[in-house]
Amino acid sequence: MYDNEMRLEFLSKSSNEAFARITVAAFAAQLDPTIEELADIKTAVSEAVTNSIIHGYENMEGIIKIKGRIIKNTVELEISDTGKGIENVELARKPLYTTKANLERSGMGFTIMESFMDEVEIDSVLGLGTKVIMRKKIKKHIEDLDEILSVGGVC
Amino acid sequence: MNINYEKKDKLLIVEITEEIDHHAVEKIRRKVDDGITRYMPRKTIFDFSRVTFMDSAGIGMIIGRYKMMKLIGGSLEIVNISSTVKRILEMSGINKIIPLEGKKEVV
Ligand SMILES: Nc1ncnc2c1ncn2[C@@H]1O[C@H](COP(=O)(O)OP(=O)(O)O)[C@@H](O)[C@H]1O
Ligand SMILES: [Mg+2]
Repeated sequence: MYDNEMRLEFLSKSSNEAFARITVAAFAAQLDPTIEELADIKTAVSEAVTNSIIHGYENMEGIIKIKGRIIKNTVELEISDTGKGIENVELARKPLYTTKANLERSGMGFTIMESFMDEVEIDSVLGLGTKVIMRKKIKKHIEDLDEILSVGGVC
Repeated sequence: MNINYEKKDKLLIVEITEEIDHHAVEKIRRKVDDGITRYMPRKTIFDFSRVTFMDSAGIGMIIGRYKMMKLIGGSLEIVNISSTVKRILEMSGINKIIPLEGKKEVV
């Protein structure tokens, strides 16, 4: 069972990129992440959502869904579109690989998701859509350690 | 964002005040390109001191402006970047072609 779960659905408009990453960050905040961990999550969400908008739906209107879950200390995010899908997922993951260089894309989206999150799974079917599942474990903080130590009577 | 041209030194100074994502980049690109073609600066300086967020859309935007400045025989520089933004720029290898100056860094 999950400790918490949320769902978000919105139109594939670029103005929703900020909405999506801020909302997910607010959900993840209950795990008490550091500012850096929160920035990592926001960036990864921004990358996946932007990909759905420009590659999945190619700027046409569609629905993007995000499922967020908290399982112990881990946030799990599932970001999906029903757009055109990825032909070659292995190639798409490669740094600098982009099919839209004309739009000044850098091809660094998946590389950033992979380095900022602990796990990134890509599930894509040509013509049906793409689902990106990412997980990140939020580390315990000093305050929690203090609590553990005091409960143990070490103090 | 704020754009200023310093005529004396032929510097185009671009202070970015918004979060840099795919949405914001379209406007930034349009305005900066406008400034570059109008003033033909010797150097364009991006001031990132107010940038709190940037994703890979920023990489493409910066490389695009770098190419444009190169085309007119000028250069590009980024100053006051935060550690989070720096991490993303370094991942792309941009730091090998464009000088990045973090405020806290003493070079
Ligand atoms: N949701 C998606 N739908 C269809 N194609 C996608 C999707 N996400 C990524 N891709 C493909 O994978 C490539 C690499 O993505 P990414 O690493 O984010 O680089 P960029 O977005 O800069 O092209 C894209 O150019 C595109 O061809
Ligand atoms: Mg991308």
